Amino acid sequence: MPDLLIELFSEEIPARMQRRAAEDLQNLVTNGLVEAGLTYVSAAAFSTPRRLSLALEGMLAESPRQVEERKGPRADAPEKAIEGFLRGAGLTRDQLEERETPKGKVLFARIEKPGRPAAEIVAEVLEETVRNFPWPKSMRWGSGSLRWVRPLQSIIALISTEEGASVVPLEIDGIKAGDSTRGHRFMTPEEITVTGFDDYETKLKRAHVMLRAEEREETIWHDATNQAFANGLEVVEDRGLLAEVAGLVEWPVVLMGPIAEDFLGLPPEVLQTSMKEHQKFFSVRNPKTGRIERFVTVANRETRDEGATILAGNEKVLSARLADAKFFWENDLRAATSDAGMATWVKALEKVTFHNKLGTQAELIERMAVLSREIAPMVGADPDLAEQAARIAKADLSSEMVYEFPELQGLMGRYYAKAAGLPAEVAAAAEEHYAPLGPSDEVPTAPVSVAVALAEKIDKLTGFWAIDEKPTGSKDPFALRRAALGVIRILVENDIGLPLYRFVDAQLVRNKGQVNTDLQSALIEELIREIARHGVFGAAWRTIKERADHLLHPEAEEKLGKQVPDKSSNLLAFLHDRLKVYLRDQGIRHDIIDACIAMDGNDDLTLLVKRARALSETLSTDDGENLIQGFKRANNILSQAEEADGVEYSYGADVKFAETEEERTLFKALDAAEAVIAPAMERQDFTTAMSAMADLRGPIDAFFEAVKINADNATVRRNRLNLLSRIRAICSSVADLTRIEG
Amino acid sequence: MTHTAPKPRSFQAIILALQNYWAGQGCAVLQPYDMEVGAGTFHPATTLRALGGQPWAAAYVQPSRRPTDGRYGENPNRLQHYYQYQVLIKPSPPNLQELYLGSLAAIGIDMEMHDIRFVEDDWESPTLGAWGLGWEVWCDGMEVSQFTYFQQVGGHDCHPVSGELTYGLERLAMYVLGVDHVMDMPFNDPDAPIALTYGDVFKQTEEEYARWNFDVADTEVLLRQFEEAEAHCREILDHPATDPKTGKRIVMAHPAYDQCIKASHMFNLLDARGVISVTERQAYIGRVRALAKRCADAFVETRAGGWSEEAA
Repeated sequence: MPDLLIELFSEEIPARMQRRAAEDLQNLVTNGLVEAGLTYVSAAAFSTPRRLSLALEGMLAESPRQVEERKGPRADAPEKAIEGFLRGAGLTRDQLEERETPKGKVLFARIEKPGRPAAEIVAEVLEETVRNFPWPKSMRWGSGSLRWVRPLQSIIALISTEEGASVVPLEIDGIKAGDSTRGHRFMTPEEITVTGFDDYETKLKRAHVMLRAEEREETIWHDATNQAFANGLEVVEDRGLLAEVAGLVEWPVVLMGPIAEDFLGLPPEVLQTSMKEHQKFFSVRNPKTGRIERFVTVANRETRDEGATILAGNEKVLSARLADAKFFWENDLRAATSDAGMATWVKALEKVTFHNKLGTQAELIERMAVLSREIAPMVGADPDLAEQAARIAKADLSSEMVYEFPELQGLMGRYYAKAAGLPAEVAAAAEEHYAPLGPSDEVPTAPVSVAVALAEKIDKLTGFWAIDEKPTGSKDPFALRRAALGVIRILVENDIGLPLYRFVDAQLVRNKGQVNTDLQSALIEELIREIARHGVFGAAWRTIKERADHLLHPEAEEKLGKQVPDKSSNLLAFLHDRLKVYLRDQGIRHDIIDACIAMDGNDDLTLLVKRARALSETLSTDDGENLIQGFKRANNILSQAEEADGVEYSYGADVKFAETEEERTLFKALDAAEAVIAPAMERQDFTTAMSAMADLRGPIDAFFEAVKINADNATVRRNRLNLLSRIRAICSSVADLTRIEG
Repeated sequence: MTHTAPKPRSFQAIILALQNYWAGQGCAVLQPYDMEVGAGTFHPATTLRALGGQPWAAAYVQPSRRPTDGRYGENPNRLQHYYQYQVLIKPSPPNLQELYLGSLAAIGIDMEMHDIRFVEDDWESPTLGAWGLGWEVWCDGMEVSQFTYFQQVGGHDCHPVSGELTYGLERLAMYVLGVDHVMDMPFNDPDAPIALTYGDVFKQTEEEYARWNFDVADTEVLLRQFEEAEAHCREILDHPATDPKTGKRIVMAHPAYDQCIKASHMFNLLDARGVISVTERQAYIGRVRALAKRCADAFVETRAGGWSEEAA
């Protein structure tokens, strides 16, 4: 069976787009071929800076013949209708078949589509693919109208069999498909003619092109680590950079060079960032000292001086870059250690907008500082330190280094705070309060950092909730989902029980005060004091209504009294949604989480997770699973009876009306379970409570097996329904089991 | 591969080599535009000529001013006044990359010894309402040129597409000549009887302009001039196409565009004086862009911009 080789050769494709483009090429072409009936055995796609290639093995030589049957009008239909049908089918009257159907004689057409040669199909599919390729950004060039990521220069479209190879007849915007390409732009620029994929890959290799991105990555990593190792050093791993660099070269040549002595005193992160961002260099570290001492650059060619000129040029560029970085570092250190210290930087943030509705960075810092102080005692942090940390945590945004390298925010704050002689916890919080930045990023554990990190995220969430800028669909420009996940992970992974409503309510009120300058600050302050006292907004609001009614204007009623509780529960629901995603990744089902969210105290996420974990574990046992069935059965029978009888069976089951041994056993078991579950729940020991609950499985099953609930005797029946209600009550004290699916 | 020329020994030798090279490739070698501009792209030979269907090929040096980059001549490679070399060919020829590499060989860069790379860099000029796709070109890790296929200018789609090359001449020359500080670079032949360095020519002016740009320029005057240029630009374009005196059709795209350039430069000066806040910045850029757009609209109504009696 024939093989197919496609190459789209162009001017340099941006590194970040290559991998995806190779996948898209494979999907679009193979889908198109298969849709036209042309199946194949295997496919592989490749990318280099100048080419996208696709190799198909074992493709059909032509698409199979297709037969389609079409139902037409009745045989006695008007001439016009029959003529129309014939035109559509491309047949004559005598080619139609008449068949008896329940509706009488109906005409049927058999339309045969002959198979089409592969070349014809490939040409169509490839043209369609090239013309509609999903580049993130594409362009036109010269006088043409074709769009590609950069000018497309040539196309290989070659079908090869044992007999030989033939070019697919295809021309797109003046570019004729052929069987030739070019080698490395500088080392072997001559034209290469190929007969099939193996020949293509071999000849490219000879022409200094490594077709496979993985091979280029491996070569780079292998040579870099070897050179570093030979000098007792190690390369700092960076997969993203490796992939990018492999997308910038067709023939990788690894060169290692020194970093001038002058710059070795810079923080390693600064060296690393500057080298990576500006020059795409790898950092090479001395494992003994942890210092970055050399760099690795990847050239795209070999030279007779073995890269000496290239390396010298790169060293020079690097020195100029690092001279800038050093200049920033020294200026910043001078500022941070001056008498005014980092306060000057914080002051400068009064002019920097955080969000046009939510005020300046300085106002954000103020809100964060107050909240950090409030949260501090709950997470074991010193309130003074937490407040101090919050006040300088964002100071480095004014530094020259962060202006140049925004990705170093926080980290530079830590260096500068340390240099300014601030307490170590405060300096650490400058860096750690941004964490965690992603699902795998570490969460802060130091109490001061935890307090500020929580405050930062809760303020952000409540702020954007206050102005109705919630994430929708795929749009989350302010990274609020990430902030929510951050709150969840900090609390849960540090095992911190923190009822959120109180802080969410208070911070919503503060943010509302920020947005609505017409709200009196006296009211805001009073309200926040009351929230701290009562723990929730509702009670605080009622207190103010009773005691300080004069503060409440109609606007306050609308913007605070109505909106805060709504927004607060909406935000908690958002946190619960994110929590479901977080726990789903840990294998806990959403219905289990729902069963726990339905319980009181669901604003303490750590408690919620403990309950969900215990429930999940219980349900994974045989007893647990069957207990749910028993519970549901009890609940269903009970609900039906309650509805039919119009009463609630909730009290008064008495063992003296028990008629069977199974009934008596269940009474005993429920007594025993209650004795364990209530105190266990009291101390939030969900595992014990749930295991006691699961122990009820046997007695409940046996009870249902032996006993008819709807007994003829009304007293016995009522007693049994009341017994069921005890099952429901006990189980419901642990979680809302009605929400468990299955 | 193209033959590598012997290494030049001065700044001007590099400029002359580029002029000769691009003249040899058939470009019209133009002279700098006689107004203050922020980059070679502002020259009407690029901005306006990239519009419309007429073929075009031009190369020129353009003195450029970026007031905020002034460092009193002390920084090794930052200047408030510097030179760009600019090439614009429409439609972009299929071998533009090879032509470009030939120009590097012409100034003594040996492709056999250096590592030349085309690294993604999309170009956008918010003030000109223009954008294109292309690369920054790296030589041994240093950016030596910008290479752009213009897609839009002044809000108009470019058809055909122009290929634009921009060389930062000081940086490129420092690299070729192996000089570490721009002021030390030989401007003319270092063996000439009166050998001059870049510093001899420009150190003093860098100081003078840095002081004026940052601290002395009268912001009220600048602001007034910005507004006058803006108003004047619009006023010019409001005139009917037919000149009442000659009876000819004369759309005044270029005189209007001069006012747009002037407004843009006034904005740059105001920015250097630190009197434009972050939010105002966007508004000013938008005002200049609106002028650039109107000038582009006017240019496509001229002969050079593709207008013809028959089509009209």
